[in-house]
Amino acid sequence: MKLTGENIIEVENLVKRFGSFTAVDNISFQVKKGEVFGFLGANGAGKTTAIKMLIGLWSPTSGKANVAGFDLFTEANQIRKNIGYMAQRFSLYEDLTVIENIQFYGGIYGLRKNILKERAEELISELGMESFRKELIKNIPLGWKQKLALSVAMIHKPKIVFLDEPTSGVDPITRRQFWDLIYNAAEKGTTVFITTHYMDESEYCDRVSIMVDGRIEALDTPAQLKKQFNAESMDEVFLRLARPTESISK
Amino acid sequence: MRTIIVIIRKEFLQIFRNRAMLPQIIMMPLIQLLILSNAATFEIRHLNMHVIDQDQSQASRQLIGKFKASNYFELSDFSFDEKHADEDIMQGKDRCILMIPKGFEHDLMKEQHTKLLLNINAIDGAAAGVINTYALSIIQNFNQQIDAQWINQQQFDQQKILNTPYSFWYNPYMNYKTFMVPGLIVMLLTMVGMFMSAQNIVREKEIGTIEQINVTPIKKAHFIIGKQVPFLIIGLVQLTIGLLVARWVFSIHILGSIPIIYLFATVYLITLLGFGLLISTMVETQQQAMFLAWFFMVIFILMSGLFTPIEAMPQWAQNITKFNPIAYFVSVMRMVVLKGSSIKDILPQLTAISIGGLVMCSLATLRYRKRAG
Repeated sequence: MKLTGENIIEVENLVKRFGSFTAVDNISFQVKKGEVFGFLGANGAGKTTAIKMLIGLWSPTSGKANVAGFDLFTEANQIRKNIGYMAQRFSLYEDLTVIENIQFYGGIYGLRKNILKERAEELISELGMESFRKELIKNIPLGWKQKLALSVAMIHKPKIVFLDEPTSGVDPITRRQFWDLIYNAAEKGTTVFITTHYMDESEYCDRVSIMVDGRIEALDTPAQLKKQFNAESMDEVFLRLARPTESISK
Repeated sequence: MRTIIVIIRKEFLQIFRNRAMLPQIIMMPLIQLLILSNAATFEIRHLNMHVIDQDQSQASRQLIGKFKASNYFELSDFSFDEKHADEDIMQGKDRCILMIPKGFEHDLMKEQHTKLLLNINAIDGAAAGVINTYALSIIQNFNQQIDAQWINQQQFDQQKILNTPYSFWYNPYMNYKTFMVPGLIVMLLTMVGMFMSAQNIVREKEIGTIEQINVTPIKKAHFIIGKQVPFLIIGLVQLTIGLLVARWVFSIHILGSIPIIYLFATVYLITLLGFGLLISTMVETQQQAMFLAWFFMVIFILMSGLFTPIEAMPQWAQNITKFNPIAYFVSVMRMVVLKGSSIKDILPQLTAISIGGLVMCSLATLRYRKRAG
């Protein structure tokens, strides 16, 4: 993948408060076009809150952000046209078939009938899901569902795709295949913004930010981070950063 | 526009994939209509009456015969004992006691006035009123007959009776089913529409798909319209079934124009479904949605004029019914189906319901937020 150096996401002093609790505490970062950007943190560190602000599901309390060239506060609907999102919670309709789900989501993204038909076929053959085509989602295995959800989230060929813990609960083989899909998308120029708490996955990212208690405590390439923290693996980096909190909570 | 069709298509797929849904939509209203129309009646027939005839005269027997001949009363017990009669009332065997005192005939002939006693169990006040009216009309009839037969032979100073001829319009046989069925049709399509729409958006919140929709550029109004149309179509299908049952089973012929009924039904359903979806956007679980929907449904139905006339309600309650969509539809159905009212006659109701629809749909659209606080 080629990084042009152009920023596709710019976040400045973004804050989200729920009452007196500050979920996201003044974060600032940039994501480059075509990058696979890892967003790491323990459970409750504020990853999901941050991602939901960037995709326009929650209003930030304060700060500035620009996503895909549009202002988060005033041009949310422009942003929506240019991003894809796969939620932590499973988001396909269980009582619709594979093809019906693809047609539905493609349809509400406003894809024309012939284009949608073409993409649906492309997507199904890419995933090797021909035999599942008319199967209800509730009847297919979780790993397949997750891969399908990712592809559906990108059916409109967005500039950026936001993935919120997409691999939690799936087996290592499926995770591997999942990352193939992610690389595939990045190859085609899609920027990937992914949250995870699997540290081995962070090694696959171009750059990684680590959130602790609503703040970004570190942000760099995996190699640089390991050097900076004098660690052998990302696991170690993460533990060094997260340990202070862990000891408090214990 | 295409996004609306996409939503409609998906809703229909989900509705018809759910096996429990179709019977719920078609069979339940049908069964309810057939049962309720026969059960929800205010006519009172075959009331048990306890007779205490202490006179045992020709006149008293003639009076009792009149009660017997009417369809309204069933002379279940005879006694000379008030205590016995009281017991029967207490046990719920009898609804009323007719007491003919000793000297009834004698007083009637000689004094030209006499006394009767009618005791009615009035726990159900409305029913007691009806019983009283029936009894009075029988006694009056008896009175006139006595007058003509016995008294006027001797005297000629008969008081002139003000005679008011009457005729019952639009429902000449005063058949309560004719009156109830159009209203019940309204109630049935209301219940299904309200519950289905109230549960709809919140269901997507529960399963999490709403977020996936909210990150798409879909317009809020398109989303709401796409959610409304399937239920609107289902409602109109139910209306059609209801009207066919009314025609075939209850022989109710629609006097007015069918397009007017469908026009009003469409506007009405848009209002109702807008309200249901508004509830759906406001709550977090389907359980809360059902609770709220029930709350409004009970008030709306009981205050709709379906069972009790709105004119009989206190003024403040009448004011509330101005905001009750069901009240408008019930009255319009009765007007158009039974009286043949024209579009001009129902214009006030149509205007009111249109405003209501506009308000409800705007509120539902505004309240549906793609971005939470």
